[in-house]
Amino acid sequence: MHYSALSLLWQGLKGHKGWGRMWRDPEPKSEYDIIIIGGGGHGLATAYYLAKEHGLKNIAVVEKGYIGGGNVGRNTTIIRSNYMLSPNTHFYEKSMQLWEGLEREFNFNAMVSQRGIINLYHSDAQRDAFARRGNAMRLAGIDAELLSPEELKERVPILDFDNARFPIEGGLCQPRGGTVRHDAVPWGYARGADSRGVDIIQNCEVTNIRIEGGRAVGIDTNRGFIGARKIGMAVAGHTSHIAAMAGIELPVESHVLQAFVSEGIKPLLDTVVTFGAGHFYVSQSDKGGLVFGGDLDGYNSYAQRGNLPMMGHVMAGGMAIMPSIGRIRMLRQWGGIMDMSFDGSPFICKTGIDGLYLNGGWCYGGFKATPASGWCFAHTIARDEPHALNAGFTIDRFKQGRMIDEKGVGPNPWIQ
Amino acid sequence: MHRIDCPWCGVRDESEFQYQGDATVSRPKFKASEEAFFRYAYVRENPRGWHTEWWHHVGGCRQWVKVVRNTLTHEIHVTGTPADKLAHPRKVKSP
Repeated sequence: MHYSALSLLWQGLKGHKGWGRMWRDPEPKSEYDIIIIGGGGHGLATAYYLAKEHGLKNIAVVEKGYIGGGNVGRNTTIIRSNYMLSPNTHFYEKSMQLWEGLEREFNFNAMVSQRGIINLYHSDAQRDAFARRGNAMRLAGIDAELLSPEELKERVPILDFDNARFPIEGGLCQPRGGTVRHDAVPWGYARGADSRGVDIIQNCEVTNIRIEGGRAVGIDTNRGFIGARKIGMAVAGHTSHIAAMAGIELPVESHVLQAFVSEGIKPLLDTVVTFGAGHFYVSQSDKGGLVFGGDLDGYNSYAQRGNLPMMGHVMAGGMAIMPSIGRIRMLRQWGGIMDMSFDGSPFICKTGIDGLYLNGGWCYGGFKATPASGWCFAHTIARDEPHALNAGFTIDRFKQGRMIDEKGVGPNPWIQ
Repeated sequence: MHRIDCPWCGVRDESEFQYQGDATVSRPKFKASEEAFFRYAYVRENPRGWHTEWWHHVGGCRQWVKVVRNTLTHEIHVTGTPADKLAHPRKVKSP
């Protein structure tokens, strides 16, 4: 069914009883040409682009839980392409461009809102570093503006400009950054993939990847063996676990990252603000809640929940730059598992095993990458070679000394 | 909140400590292969379940504490000094 104002009106007249399923619930076939492990945003986007851009049929996405139940429904919904290092700059800009046309393309309202993102700076040195990053972005054709304190005061008046410890001297703004309704992203991709013949198989947990003669031949699941000519792994926090089934060891650690939502309040903030020096970032959702977060808890975890010390630290960060939020009550808190790579950059690549492909290492930045990640992973699987946009995102880069260490903190995943 | 039993100070809150990663990797000898150094710097088992790891008691005695902790439940099984050989509990069923 095509979604439009007319279909909404028509269904409204019929009491909204005619909306069909958004995607089928098929039994797994015994064999597929391509299986994507992981029905999150990246996995579904990959299947969507495999079908749409490469005209491939006979594809399945297998998901342990349900669609939208993983990190794609557990993030803070921010999109941006404000990176400095060349492989990241171009890749994330591709993602931004796909976001800009996404809703029209897959006929689903993902509420893409380009409300801008502002990184605050607090010293001359930080201003220079941000100006350098902004210039790198502009050289790559991406929008970036360095805001003076006066411009920033006009844009975000609720910030505390008299902060003695972290005086706000300005910000680097990417006007095209913003937020997206995160749940709508897997739903839209799932619907688009399903309508092109992709089987989306939920409640199907992979227990083993079968390899014969150096070639991946299928997966064992709780619903039986499913054969495949090509297998793509896109399982975010559980990347090490799934890769280990194929005997692949990775430079990845899984860490927990918390996020928070306040009670709904009247419009307070119409952009995304990041306070990197204080480990805090915030936006306001369309429902009115402040959506905010900070850094990783900082220890290996698969527990999908964080601990109080980081919670207190994030709140303190928020109070430092926006004291006016002090009496707003916190409504929800949760944790998601991040597959932290050792340089903070992802993998979209072939593995040493024929027919087995890896998508992972997204750290805490996977959501904004969803469209380009799927687009590039689909290209890599369909052509059996990477696209120029993801050619740098290999596992081998660590052995070759070609790390893409945007933060420059070295091989310590918990401080990436 | 993790409560970590520092062998020198007793049970203290997680906030006194700085996590320092997987304690099962150790620096290869000077003349070891590039592969050995690569694995030391970058390759981690990243287990779901029991994990032997370092916590630096940076807000206390500043000693490094070896901890066996479950990454699925955050339960701490045992702590010790860096020289201690700490065993994991018998394998528990993972969800």
